Amino acid sequence: MKTYTYTEKKDTRSGFGAGLAELGRTNPDVVALCADLTPSLKMGEFIKENPERFFQIGIAEANMMGIAAGMTIGGKIPFTGTFANFATGRVYDQIRQSIAYSDKNVKICASHAGLTLGEDGATHQILEDIGLMKMLPGMVVINPCDFNQTKAATIAIAEHKGPVYLRFGRPSVPIFTPANQKFEIGKAIQLTEGTDVTIVATGHLVWEALEASKVLNEQGISAEVINIHTIKPLDDKAIIESVSKTGCIVTAEEHNILGGLGESVARVLATQKPTPQEFIGTNDTFGESGTPAQLMDKYGLNSSSIVEKALAVIKRK
Amino acid sequence: MPNTQQLEDLTTQVRRDIIRMVHKVNSGHPGGSLGCTEFLVALYNEIMDRKEGFDMDGIGEDLFFLSNGHISPVFYSVLARAGYFPVEELSTFRLIDSRLQGHPTTHEGLPGVRVASGSLGQGMSVALGAAEVKKMNGDKSIVYSLHGDGELQEGQNWEAIMYAAAKKVDNIIAAVDLNGQQIDGSTDDVLPMGSIKGKFEAFGWTVVEIEEGNNIDAILKGMANAKSKTGQGKPVCVLLKTVMGNGIDFMMHTHEWHGKAPNDDQLAIGLAQNPETLGDY
Repeated sequence: MKTYTYTEKKDTRSGFGAGLAELGRTNPDVVALCADLTPSLKMGEFIKENPERFFQIGIAEANMMGIAAGMTIGGKIPFTGTFANFATGRVYDQIRQSIAYSDKNVKICASHAGLTLGEDGATHQILEDIGLMKMLPGMVVINPCDFNQTKAATIAIAEHKGPVYLRFGRPSVPIFTPANQKFEIGKAIQLTEGTDVTIVATGHLVWEALEASKVLNEQGISAEVINIHTIKPLDDKAIIESVSKTGCIVTAEEHNILGGLGESVARVLATQKPTPQEFIGTNDTFGESGTPAQLMDKYGLNSSSIVEKALAVIKRK
Repeated sequence: MPNTQQLEDLTTQVRRDIIRMVHKVNSGHPGGSLGCTEFLVALYNEIMDRKEGFDMDGIGEDLFFLSNGHISPVFYSVLARAGYFPVEELSTFRLIDSRLQGHPTTHEGLPGVRVASGSLGQGMSVALGAAEVKKMNGDKSIVYSLHGDGELQEGQNWEAIMYAAAKKVDNIIAAVDLNGQQIDGSTDDVLPMGSIKGKFEAFGWTVVEIEEGNNIDAILKGMANAKSKTGQGKPVCVLLKTVMGNGIDFMMHTHEWHGKAPNDDQLAIGLAQNPETLGDY
């Protein structure tokens, strides 16, 4: 079995900051907007190098989404930055009408998604944003797994014409994807090959899925881990191909199982290849205060939970 | 450049278009449309510097954003009669498979429309984004927008109004249609807003008032004044006092025709009050 190691941990939001800084140097059409959270979004490097292309909007996310929509008229590629909660739920109608329905080339970049925001608690820990965004016609939804992939995704979405929701987070997580791996929107990445169970994970749960696959391997179970960084458009083919071999699947995400990646996968399987599936995610609940590690343990978003679900789903084959 | 009589003739024809469009499908918003007819006719045919044809980016030309998208009948008629698309297409208003959706959208590719509107309160932010990009591009042209007075009850407007003054977006002229009416009654009955002029001024805008917002000459004079105040470090607001339903006597001075279509008899009366000038679609 292919194994993954890491020498460094970093936050995915810093990957966004690094990607945005690179875009600042390579793409003169890229502009950045922020609603009073530039340090949290790691936008400092871009701002320092391109002050004339940065727009501080103040604490006014609705206005930020509208301004971003307007900035596409005249050829700019706006990247908006705020927390995932304020980037989606707070401004759903602005995104729906002024960006998505209006076909505007806006990149909605959202940090501090999910439980791993930690101590600030449920007011800030959105677990519904993937669902909100994937329901919007034409919206691309991406949740990369580590610093390198978040940086690559940030750079890649500038080349995609149309609205994108890019979701990343606050905690330091292992860097295990190659530094120069080109990011292909909508193309799943198979991390390990396996025959007994497929584990499809997104965002911070990808590393947990790899950890789970090591444990399963020690028990003689061969798990195929797939990194689904793009939730929409979903790589149906990769999922169908994998379950054709393994016959069962676990989906894992730092998001409510109602409306998240798992439901998208279930739709694909139900219509094309009915397959036993188990879900890792929060279940119709808000989060709460705590350290990221405590929260991920309490809500079962870790490698041991993935192992349990994998053993359970194998029995259902 | 059209003279006042030509603009008056166009206004009369646009009024006919509006009530015919709304009557045909028994839905749509004639009241606010009729109240803003003179303004949009003057804007598109005299005030704005526009290029031939339509491209989304609109570099080097003035832009217009309609925030109160429910007055789509007047917007569509003015756009068609300014040459953005065939006037015959007005007959498809609100029908299935039409580019003339109930509220304006870019989604069906209708030339002249740059953003969807209908859910209120969003247009000023979009106009500000376009204005900021004009500044970045060294483009000296102006961004115009139109908003309902009732629409100012939406909070996003005040985020935008605050931003525009703070960031000195002085290449925007935002017009507010002060007709004093909204769906549930007069604005003073529904939610009194106090002095809109005072509010814009307190937020740091230059305010130009057009007392006779249904008088072409008054609009031209007021908008020339507004334009002369751009480029001076402050955004410009035009308070346009209009009469909802203007030009059709039984639709005037009431909110009842906000979103109601005339029946056959009412259409005939309205058309008789506005004889055909440039030819019906």
